[in-house]
Amino acid sequence: MGSRASTLLREEEIEEIKKETGFSHSQITRLYSRFTSLDKGENGTLREDQVNFRGFMRTLAHFRPVEDNEKNKNPPTTEPLNSRTNKLLFAFRLYDLDRDDKISRDELLQVLRMMVGVNISDEQLGSIADRTIQEADQNGDNCISFQEFMKVLEKVDVEQKMSIRFLH
Amino acid sequence: MEEFWAGVFWAMKIWLIMIISLIMIPAMFGFSLGISETYMTILMKTLKDLDSSQMAGFHFDCFCLCVYPSGLILRENGSMEKELGELRRSRPKPPVGGDFTLSDCFYFIRRGIESIVEDEVTQRFTSEELVSWNLLTRTNNNFQYISLKLTLVYGLGIFVRYCILAPLRITLACIGLSWLVIGTTAVGFLPNWRIKFWLSEWVHIICYRICARGLSAAIQYHNRENKPKKGGICVANHTSPIDVVILCNDGGYAMVGQVHGGLMGVLQRAMVRSCPHVWFERSEMKDRHLVTKRLKDHVSDKTKLPILIFPEGTCVNNTSVMMFKKGSFEIGGTIYPVAIKYDPKFGDAFWNSSKYSMVSYLLRMMTSWALVCNVWYLPAMHQQEGEDAVQFANRVKSAIAHQGGLVDLQWDGGLKRAKVKDTFKEQQQKKYSSMVVGDDSSSNSD
Repeated sequence: MGSRASTLLREEEIEEIKKETGFSHSQITRLYSRFTSLDKGENGTLREDQVNFRGFMRTLAHFRPVEDNEKNKNPPTTEPLNSRTNKLLFAFRLYDLDRDDKISRDELLQVLRMMVGVNISDEQLGSIADRTIQEADQNGDNCISFQEFMKVLEKVDVEQKMSIRFLH
Repeated sequence: MEEFWAGVFWAMKIWLIMIISLIMIPAMFGFSLGISETYMTILMKTLKDLDSSQMAGFHFDCFCLCVYPSGLILRENGSMEKELGELRRSRPKPPVGGDFTLSDCFYFIRRGIESIVEDEVTQRFTSEELVSWNLLTRTNNNFQYISLKLTLVYGLGIFVRYCILAPLRITLACIGLSWLVIGTTAVGFLPNWRIKFWLSEWVHIICYRICARGLSAAIQYHNRENKPKKGGICVANHTSPIDVVILCNDGGYAMVGQVHGGLMGVLQRAMVRSCPHVWFERSEMKDRHLVTKRLKDHVSDKTKLPILIFPEGTCVNNTSVMMFKKGSFEIGGTIYPVAIKYDPKFGDAFWNSSKYSMVSYLLRMMTSWALVCNVWYLPAMHQQEGEDAVQFANRVKSAIAHQGGLVDLQWDGGLKRAKVKDTFKEQQQKKYSSMVVGDDSSSNSD
């Protein structure tokens, strides 16, 4: 029941999440209802990756539109989660599967394979990966670092494309 | 001590006599004493007053709830081609066909997160969110404390609902159901004269009317000239088992369903004694040909009552109509579509079968304010030349959704329990692949 869910989330927690992510009070309670309805096992985490509610909110915070930061009465002292850099970092980490701060050819191939399924052959996918790394790589290590990633995407309107309009 | 029990019995006798005379007898003969109408008018006036007082006492959060649509996010539904095109705008267009860029992932990430936060299907299996509070605890999700007056009325509401209305309704429901069992069994003993049909219909309608009073149901029937006739098939959108009571208040139908044990089984066996319903054993349900044949036989006999079928196959929360299973549309009779729309202000009729058992659902129903709904009878439809069962089903579904003001969805209601098929993901992958290698590429493997 909806009312039970909102009492399981304590006020202090809501305040902490508000400070960290910038979401409003009502947005947090509604997202908590959503989280509990997705959490079929009712153990406080979403399956497989064991994401708890704080982690869930932190991920969603990346997608707040940048303009919303101006509405915040107490801006956080550190860089907000939905800044352009943090949005790019989020995307970078999706490619960088082993978290070594570099996107290797293998990692790029794995992600490409997930996106295209069985519709493209290995060789063709390989050449696409090679071309992408060639375009981005500046220091010749055959991998894409976060700086190189940012450089390639400097003209892309990340703020708009990686934003979701959260309603109150 | 004995005086105490004598007093209790006397009170119960008065209580029963009052119920019988004030509620049951009017229900049996189809007229109304105006008691429930008065109750509904008072209720509507109170809720309207409180609506305006909530608006007056708002702070910013509450105001947004009433002005914006009640969703979590605002989606921009651009197609994959359009969105990826915009992402790639800053790059020079390559000479050959498609392209891959590191920015492609943004589209997928955003759509994925949007679906995690709010998707079209799972929101259809939870109760509808209300714009303003209707004084029931169960809908008090996002409304905060507003005023003392509101709290007092809320407290009074709890007393009225649990201590006055609920016992009344439970008594009525019990009387109604026992009457159904006794009445239908009695009629079943009669030989097959015309009077048997007439009596059986009468018994059924009385029982359903009593049950409807037992739920404080205020039903408005529209376009009654389109009411389903004998030998036809009536299809309707499904929100809860109470739909049956709602529809049967206005006419007899033959039910279709699985044989249950327990109380339901007793009801089913009793009902089938007085007029033919179609009950299937669990094993028979698996055999689609057998099911279709039995339904066809029933439909071709023009003396039998119209069959009532809910093609969605599961309960949906009355904000949308989900995919209609084509089985009912292959039988070949005349289809009479019916749209049912409940008013959520007075009580939420949706049965969330994974959350509540039947008994707790009925108790929730009996402690709501009332059950207000509109039933529209739509003109009969036939399968047209060159139209297959699926297209026919979709046509009927659109008509029902349009009439009831519901969202017409293509998704299968079975997704409530089952996982999504991989073919959906594969479709998206194929589409994306053609954007990566270009549509005219010859090495595109299929």
